Amino acid sequence: MNNPKSAMQRSIIYILLSVTLLIGTLYAGFPVLWMVSSSFKSNTQIFAYPPQLIDDSFSLQAYTSVLSNPQKLRFFFNSYLISILVTLCTLIVGILAGYSFSRYNFKFKRLLNMLIISIQAVPPITLLIPYFSLIVTLQLYNTYAALVLTYMVFTLSYAIIMMTGYFNTLPRELDEAVMLDGGSSFVALWRVLVPISLPGIVSVGVYTFMIAWNEFLFALTLTKTNDMRTVPVGIQLLMGQHSYEWNEMMAMSVLGSLPVLILFLFFQRYFIAGMTAGSVKG
Amino acid sequence: MSKIFRKSTPLIYLSPTILLLTILSLIPIVMVFIYSFMDNVVMNQNPKFVGMTNYVKIVTNSVFLQAFSNTMYFTVMSVVFHLILGLTFALLLNARALPPFLKAIFRTIYILPWVFTAAVIAILWRLMLNPNGVINYLLITFEIIERPVEWLSSRQLALHAVTFINIWAGYPFYMVSLLAGLQGISEELYEAGTIDGANQRQLFWYITLPQLKPIIISLAMLDFIWTMHQFTLIWMTTGGGPIRATEMLSTLTYKLAFSSYQFSHASATAFLILALSAFVAIFYVRQQKAADE
Repeated sequence: MNNPKSAMQRSIIYILLSVTLLIGTLYAGFPVLWMVSSSFKSNTQIFAYPPQLIDDSFSLQAYTSVLSNPQKLRFFFNSYLISILVTLCTLIVGILAGYSFSRYNFKFKRLLNMLIISIQAVPPITLLIPYFSLIVTLQLYNTYAALVLTYMVFTLSYAIIMMTGYFNTLPRELDEAVMLDGGSSFVALWRVLVPISLPGIVSVGVYTFMIAWNEFLFALTLTKTNDMRTVPVGIQLLMGQHSYEWNEMMAMSVLGSLPVLILFLFFQRYFIAGMTAGSVKG
Repeated sequence: MSKIFRKSTPLIYLSPTILLLTILSLIPIVMVFIYSFMDNVVMNQNPKFVGMTNYVKIVTNSVFLQAFSNTMYFTVMSVVFHLILGLTFALLLNARALPPFLKAIFRTIYILPWVFTAAVIAILWRLMLNPNGVINYLLITFEIIERPVEWLSSRQLALHAVTFINIWAGYPFYMVSLLAGLQGISEELYEAGTIDGANQRQLFWYITLPQLKPIIISLAMLDFIWTMHQFTLIWMTTGGGPIRATEMLSTLTYKLAFSSYQFSHASATAFLILALSAFVAIFYVRQQKAADE
């Protein structure tokens, strides 16, 4: 007696589920599809009526134009260089700090830990005003160092919290074994703990890279000349010019999104581990 | 000797962190605090102490009040809709009827908006929301609107439009965390509920939601703080316009500092944003502590 009802219920559930999945796909995916589609159009066809996903003007012209422009290539070079430097520096400093928090007790440990957590809530715009004079005073205005150092303020807290958590899951016997053999804590950290913490390090690394790759406000304010600009600021510069080259802006957006997209597709598991770490308690 | 070395070991490991955070966050926060009580800092060589004057000027200024109310609208609406969409998507992906390979595909699609940086999201939506753009075309085709709408340059609509864009950009963060949360809820709870005769809706209200509550609170607080700081998206879609219709505390502070060079007023608004964030963050830390215990 129960069967026909549940069979019908089941098919209703299937239909509802499929419809919502489809609506969700359009909502999340259509803007992305439109970006890609527009990047292959000619600029005169961008607002063609009626709009089409692929039209006669389909070509790689917008891409070749971006990739053959030395100034735009420079934006990409800057973004890659800065993001890689930020990631490396954050990982090194973060691993050292995480090790210290995980393995030692010292004065002001709780206070320092609280400070590191609270820095995540500091608005970038609040730091920007003093940074402007500070960076000028330190003679770092319009340099890579200015961006690498200021980005680290926002990537380091997360790295330290994650690495401390990761090291806490590893037994202390591991380091003790190294030290019994006469090795220092430094050797224990780099030879033993770091290699087995690779999944955690990758999570922190991709997350850090993404924050650095996406940063806009500091890049806009702490650099001045076009040869120091990063991709997000470069996109804004393109928009500021009088005629909108929409197809080139879309091509640049696609190219500018590729590194994070590729990292995401390859390291999806780590990404998700990183995204959920903040809010989900294991 | 070696004992002293041992005692200082943790501090040696921490020294780069301490150095960086002192110079680039503690000192700047103190600086901005001091600036906010001075007249015409940065531009003037010998600024004077003026007490609360900057704060009084800012708080009684209608532009600041509008930026404050815009920021609150933008933030609260974003948090609420991020949660609704994030939870809906998470529940969808967690549906038992969905085979694992489809689940993986849909999860990847639904996370997409999160992969793009705010600068890219801003120009993408400027293209789509253009009066001649594809959104107007679709809405006219389905007869939802009659003529093209200027979404981002209308004083009535711009704030809703940027909020809509921010909702699109931010829900995946909730979705991923809530999905992890859903997968962590023990099957036994549902079995026990079913044995007690609970229906699907009751199972959701009495088991799923309470189990997700700590994650939801953490997410909402983090999101509240981060959304309040949002600058890039606003700056690159409307720049705070038309006529302050989408001015946020962050864009106002930026303009005060770097367009009008009123660094003292900018410092006062910057410090107020910090105070507001700290207020929310204290609740967040309390919540985290409660969750740890």
